Amino acid sequence: MSLRSILVPVAAILIFGLLWELLVWANGWPNYVMASPSDLPPAYARYWELFIVMGWQTLWRTVVGLVLAIIFGVLLGMIMGFSRLMRDALYPLLVGFNAIPKATVVPIVALLFVGDHNFNTVLIAFMISFFPIAVSVSIGLSTLEPEYRDILRSLGASRTTIFWKIALPKTLPEFFGALKVAVTLAFIGTNLMEIVSPHGRGLGALFDSGKTNSDYPLMFAVLIALALMGIVLYYVVVALEKVFAGWAERSPSY
Amino acid sequence: MSKNLIEIKGVRHAYQTKDGPLPVLDGLELSVPEGGFAAVVGPSGCGKSTLTRLVAGLMKPDHGEVWLHGELVKGPKSIVGMAFQNPVLLEWRTILQNVMLPLEIVPTKMSKREQEERARKLLALVGLEGFEGKRPSELSGGMRQRASLCRSIVHKPEVLILDEPFGALDAFTREDLWQTMHKVKSEEPFTGVLITHDLRESIFLADQVVVLSGRPAKTQYVMDVHLKGQRDIEHLYTPESADALNILRHQIQIAQGRTDHKEAVQ
Repeated sequence: MSLRSILVPVAAILIFGLLWELLVWANGWPNYVMASPSDLPPAYARYWELFIVMGWQTLWRTVVGLVLAIIFGVLLGMIMGFSRLMRDALYPLLVGFNAIPKATVVPIVALLFVGDHNFNTVLIAFMISFFPIAVSVSIGLSTLEPEYRDILRSLGASRTTIFWKIALPKTLPEFFGALKVAVTLAFIGTNLMEIVSPHGRGLGALFDSGKTNSDYPLMFAVLIALALMGIVLYYVVVALEKVFAGWAERSPSY
Repeated sequence: MSKNLIEIKGVRHAYQTKDGPLPVLDGLELSVPEGGFAAVVGPSGCGKSTLTRLVAGLMKPDHGEVWLHGELVKGPKSIVGMAFQNPVLLEWRTILQNVMLPLEIVPTKMSKREQEERARKLLALVGLEGFEGKRPSELSGGMRQRASLCRSIVHKPEVLILDEPFGALDAFTREDLWQTMHKVKSEEPFTGVLITHDLRESIFLADQVVVLSGRPAKTQYVMDVHLKGQRDIEHLYTPESADALNILRHQIQIAQGRTDHKEAVQ
């Protein structure tokens, strides 16, 4: 990675923070209307222990939800990608399920498994993020050109061999594209549950307690912490993509 | 059962569609002796690609028989190599790994090292030395087709099926590849079927040109090519070649239904 590829985004973030600070200062907004970046360090300094404990809770539940979404999404995508019948049968169900705002599902799940806070949170993170993965895998598999299959089939290869050698690797770029969307979605799911659920844990609960105590700098500090975690997880996916599907990226010079 | 390596007898086939059966082949005959190279030409949509799938064992005809090396074809066999108009190289593999793909599927006695040596040798033969480690996306269309050609013969297939492999290339690249084909054939002898739209290509490469009629296709005309073994593009511009091309062009017109049979025979 070149120095430039680090400096440019860092500069962009600094400029963004500066503009934010200026906006608050120029309007003379007090803390309870809008906190400014300069309010954040004191908030972190005061609650850093809570941030580490609750940040970790949010992070692991999001990652577990995401991993479940990957497993389930890939399986569902494979079923729909290989069978036309299943595709026709499952698509309307899936689209309908995805169209339901997950914020409305949160109280239902919270009541359904009352007290099981970890389970509830992971479940919502999973529910909100498996859809793009399932769709992209199914499209990747169902749009495999027949010639690719013929090349191997004419040599006497089995269906499993064709899947491992061609279908799976060919679908990886689509899969990683969907995973980038799913990462951010999973964070939304985790936080929805953490905010709504009573006696919740995680950054969502910390946000909620900031709201209750009218501690606006704390609320903003939570949002920024969430953004940071989202960025980190996103770049983990980007790194994995480079390793497993780096071939799909064309060098611009050619 | 016969000395011909490829033997197609009285093949009829229809695809099932919404509006009932759509016959594509009706009375297809084709014989290619060992070491022979037959070109199949015919109007668009006359079932030429169906023919390749039959020979490769990817599908079974409704009626008639396909024999390879004295054995009735019942399913895919590893003694076949295929190349298509679309080179279908795997983008996540290097050129060398692409060429070695069939060796991962077909049982082979070669050691890993011998396999790699063979793939490298073939790549050098088609002029791709130095590109072994490149990705397909870094190669031009003609180069990809060369790599695809290497892949189709790396496992020493008894039958090579080429389904319009040069169809998407520009005229100059195509002529280069014709020369390469001759080179490959002399170094790595094979028995082959070439599906093509290009009559010049058919007489330059093959020693037998088979004209199929319009759909449903039957074998309409078979020509023994006079150019056998000639590798110079200039041989396409002799009076004999012009005559051969004229006859074939006329046969294609008959196949397209643009002229009747009597006129052609006169």
